Amino acid sequence: MNASLHLWLIPLLPFAGFLLNGILGRRLPKALVSAIALLAPLASFAVVLSAVLASSSGLALPYTESCPIGWIHAGTLNIDFSFVFDQLSLVMLLVVTGVGFLIHIYSVGYMAHEDGYWRFFAYLNLFLFFMTVLVLAGNALLMFVGWEGVGLASYLLIGFYFQKNSAADAGKKAFIVNRIGDFGFLIGIFLLLATFGTLTFSEISAKLLAAPAWQGGILTVIALCLLLGATGKSAQLPLYVWLPDAMEGPTPVSALIHAATMVTAGVYMIARTHVLFDRSPFALGVVAIVGAATALFAATIGLVQNDIKRVLAYSTISQLGYMFLGCGVAAYSAAIFHLMTHAFFKALLFLAAGSVIHALGGEQDLRRMGGLRKKIPVTFWTMTAAVFAIAGFFPFAGFFSKDAILYAAFLQGAGGKVFWFVGLVTALLTSFYMFRLWYLTFLGESRNHEAHPHESPWSMLGPLVILAILSVGGGWIGIERFAAFLAPSTGEIPTAGGSASLEIGLSALAVLVALAGWWIADRLYRKQPETPAQWAAAMPHGYKLLLNKYFVDEIYGFTIVKPLLAFSKFLLGWVVDVAILGGAAWLLGGIAQFAAAILQRWQSGNLRSYAAWLALGAAAVLLFLLLPATLGLHASGMGR
Amino acid sequence: MNPAPLQLAAHGIPLAWYLLLSAALFSLGVIGFLIKRNVITVFMSIELMLNAVNLTFVTFAHQWHAVKGQIFVFFVMMVAAAEAAVGLAIIIAIFRARATLAVDRIDLMKL
Repeated sequence: MNASLHLWLIPLLPFAGFLLNGILGRRLPKALVSAIALLAPLASFAVVLSAVLASSSGLALPYTESCPIGWIHAGTLNIDFSFVFDQLSLVMLLVVTGVGFLIHIYSVGYMAHEDGYWRFFAYLNLFLFFMTVLVLAGNALLMFVGWEGVGLASYLLIGFYFQKNSAADAGKKAFIVNRIGDFGFLIGIFLLLATFGTLTFSEISAKLLAAPAWQGGILTVIALCLLLGATGKSAQLPLYVWLPDAMEGPTPVSALIHAATMVTAGVYMIARTHVLFDRSPFALGVVAIVGAATALFAATIGLVQNDIKRVLAYSTISQLGYMFLGCGVAAYSAAIFHLMTHAFFKALLFLAAGSVIHALGGEQDLRRMGGLRKKIPVTFWTMTAAVFAIAGFFPFAGFFSKDAILYAAFLQGAGGKVFWFVGLVTALLTSFYMFRLWYLTFLGESRNHEAHPHESPWSMLGPLVILAILSVGGGWIGIERFAAFLAPSTGEIPTAGGSASLEIGLSALAVLVALAGWWIADRLYRKQPETPAQWAAAMPHGYKLLLNKYFVDEIYGFTIVKPLLAFSKFLLGWVVDVAILGGAAWLLGGIAQFAAAILQRWQSGNLRSYAAWLALGAAAVLLFLLLPATLGLHASGMGR
Repeated sequence: MNPAPLQLAAHGIPLAWYLLLSAALFSLGVIGFLIKRNVITVFMSIELMLNAVNLTFVTFAHQWHAVKGQIFVFFVMMVAAAEAAVGLAIIIAIFRARATLAVDRIDLMKL
């Protein structure tokens, strides 16, 4: 019997932090609030590390821990609060609590002068609680609890500056769009329950393993429902629209929730339920198509955005597309590998962007930056590492993981070649827009003369440096070792048809493409800075299309939101609410009032009138009792 | 079931006469209660009704040789005495507050 790992501490420590800061934070000094907020994820991270150590010293994985008190017991249905610690949740937990802790440190510096400091950290801890629940969940329902919870935390943090209308609206948009995805997830859970009679992941796997010929059919439907949930949370086509707007939240939030952890929940969920996807080639194909399409689509929008955080937001959507592509070609470990390296370099990019914004006193527009290399050198160098990582240069982390996905896609027959090509084009675009951002921010002449840039405090720079080291070296473990480690969780069989020379050739091609992106960005934004404007003028329609994000928000607004609003307003609002429900209420009220108006005359307050009614009533009772008796007596008298 | 013979009565007076007297007294009480405006008269009407009922009790107790009815009369007298004490106190309180004894003018259910 293994010693207990106390997995329950991992989510509950941040929750305790949330309760402390959420209830008492307003009255506590800032230093104490920070201490509570930092200790919670640090302790959680320590528990994760001890679990990792235990597993490396011979603890059998997967290791399950259930709450002795059950959760739902109804007939044959048993759902427990059970936490599962296996290779997959190990990687996710390290990323979530590790990167989460770094971002907490950063936030202490970044949010130092904000109102609602305690509120921010309470929400951040709440997010960690739900995220770790999501990751540790041993059944789909508990995962759903975490899933909804991170959505709530995301909503609260996007709308952190709730005095700003745009932030409040963005929070609502994120929540509502996510609800659409959650609807799919929920239907998927119901179908799982109807099909397997259990929601526990390990039992579902066992049942599928016992029926090797079971393919498609209901499994495809379940997988597609789960995919809908994943597209909502992971901001994929067609539900990605909330993520760019989510940048209204404070920058550490964008880094933690909308880049490194929460948005990867969809990828994690697909990897967790991969047994279902494996049995449905159609669903896998849809996952791959969604991923590839999103990767390319978002990358093209990212080319022309002028807000530094929005460029990164579209880049996040695009990189998540890569992960979906990886899942779609059944290369789950490659997807999780990219998830991990992406968490490092994208968190770094956002935090560095936050440092830039901080240095410029709140400026987010790339057109009003420039020349910051000398002014904020630490930020510059760390961000450079992240840019090289995301662009996919050897030997930075992004190179290994992106390559693993592209290589896996390439080996998947003719369709796979298309995905590979789309991925390669996306890599070119990624490299281009990242170097565009890099040039516009750090190089050239300053285009903002009011600002007096200053380097951020070390509480912000420390996490940047650590993440930069991870962004450089995070991929050196290599996909082979990583996949072998994850194999018990993701159950992958190495795809046939690969060879070392092919892999090296593809990698070289990917690096060349990244170089090409850099070269173009160099030409356009360093050597001839006037060209982009000329190009934009030469192709006004194309430029406008990209600048306005393909008008997707407008199209959704016109085709879905407006008809829905009209339907709600006229049919539900006026006909149902005002006419039917309101009318019924008025009618009932009117009847009651009318009756009362008549009956209240009784209550005159006149003693003699009451007495008269009493006498009348007594007389009536007497009559009622005596009259039949008299008649009966008479009748019996007749009989006698 | 045959009704018991009703003609037996005390002191040679038939039972029905007692009952008729009782009913007449009770009706007088009700009428007095309903038509009089002076609260003290109303109060006296109540006493009249109570005593009409007492008469019925005593009559039947004598008729059936049952002591229960007579005991009941004692209870009614007790309650009537208590009621008289409380009722007169209320009447005095009302008179002090309103300077009137007309029941029609005491219709607010409060002092």
